[in-house]
Amino acid sequence: MFELSPAEWTAVELSLRIALVATAWALPFAIATGWLLARGRFWGKTVLDGLVHLPLVLPPVVTGYLLLIWFGRRGPVGAFLYDHLGVVFAFRWTGAALASGVMGFPLLVRPIRLALESIDRRLEDAAATLGANPALVFVTVTLPLALPGIIAGVLLCFARALGEFGATITFVSNIPGETQTISAAIYTFLQIPDGDAAAGRLVLVAIVLSLAALIAAEWLGRRASARFHGE
Amino acid sequence: MIMLAVAVEKQLGALTLAVQFKAGGGVTALFGPSGAGKTSLVNMIAGLVKPDRGLITLDDTILFDASKGIDVPPHRRRIGYVFQEGRLFPHLSVRQNLDYGRRMSVRPRDAGELERIAALLGIGSLLQRRPRMLSGGERQRVAIGRALLMQPRLLLLDEPLASLDAGHKSEILPYLGRLRDAAIPMVYVSHIAAELRQLATTVVQLDEGQVVAAGGLELLAGAA
Repeated sequence: MFELSPAEWTAVELSLRIALVATAWALPFAIATGWLLARGRFWGKTVLDGLVHLPLVLPPVVTGYLLLIWFGRRGPVGAFLYDHLGVVFAFRWTGAALASGVMGFPLLVRPIRLALESIDRRLEDAAATLGANPALVFVTVTLPLALPGIIAGVLLCFARALGEFGATITFVSNIPGETQTISAAIYTFLQIPDGDAAAGRLVLVAIVLSLAALIAAEWLGRRASARFHGE
Repeated sequence: MIMLAVAVEKQLGALTLAVQFKAGGGVTALFGPSGAGKTSLVNMIAGLVKPDRGLITLDDTILFDASKGIDVPPHRRRIGYVFQEGRLFPHLSVRQNLDYGRRMSVRPRDAGELERIAALLGIGSLLQRRPRMLSGGERQRVAIGRALLMQPRLLLLDEPLASLDAGHKSEILPYLGRLRDAAIPMVYVSHIAAELRQLATTVVQLDEGQVVAAGGLELLAGAA
């Protein structure tokens, strides 16, 4: 009989919440960054592009350590956020979401950037002649046409956030009920005697969740592109 | 009577565009071979391309004045534009395409007006379709309807029949004739004299970025 213990359920619920919050917060930044990279012409664009992709190539432990230095309670950004907004990242689930969001960010930006680059700019000109100001052109033409890319990016980021381990454990440790995600829980169970069964159950959950995310994104992406490539 | 006055200069690669003309009511034809700068010129009137120097006015409104630094953005010019390739929004239905200009200017919905224009252009039965499901001729008629429904002060048409075969051309020409008779001022770009003979009231002939002649239909007499 397949049944999760309360501790295991907590890890699953926490993982989903962290991945959702991470993706939701990363999305507007990713759209802005994707737009800058696709359309912007400015000094330092190559640097921005490199920075965005850095979490993809850096060892996750390094990313986690950098987050700890900057976003910890005494870090320059962390102290500022705590003093002014009361936001705490260190050793909280919010910190796990931050780490997951940073790690998923390059995967979110890339498809959005590609989608924005492939949009026929002449459609945006047509919208302008019909009376749409630049903000309305963006909302009514650019964003809907980029939707398949946005969906693809959201899936990749969500899946990456769901499985994040290295940066998270370095930044916010492995606290049951607060920062212990599925990955961290599997790791913990493997360290203790008789933990194999629990680890195995969570491995199954991880497989099911990842597959479900893939299938959902495939279906959504196909629906989105069917909307303007014929029914 | 409406009056469009254009006096612009722009360097476009090897081509130096330097054009002056005026257009009253009716259909003003910009006639000339491809590469003469016709499309660049209408893009300047629409506000999509910025001239290096010059002045563009429509009635008593200054649309562009390089010396005063005035350049009204396209979305505030209220100039309808029918592009050569239609440029319908692929993610919207025909009805939503037609309604786009009204939504952007936040005018109250007027279903009667949309139905009237759709009937005028013979696209009333296509309103629920997506642009991809339309023939070339239907697509171009929707593009004309979309530009008309924004209630433009002036309608620009850039070779609207160029992407169509002979059958579809003769399908659209009568509709354009109706628009002319409905007294919507138009600037009509074409390199085909036969098209213009049926529509134009005045002709401005362009070649290599310059106006070589301006006058009536007699300018088209010898042309193919």
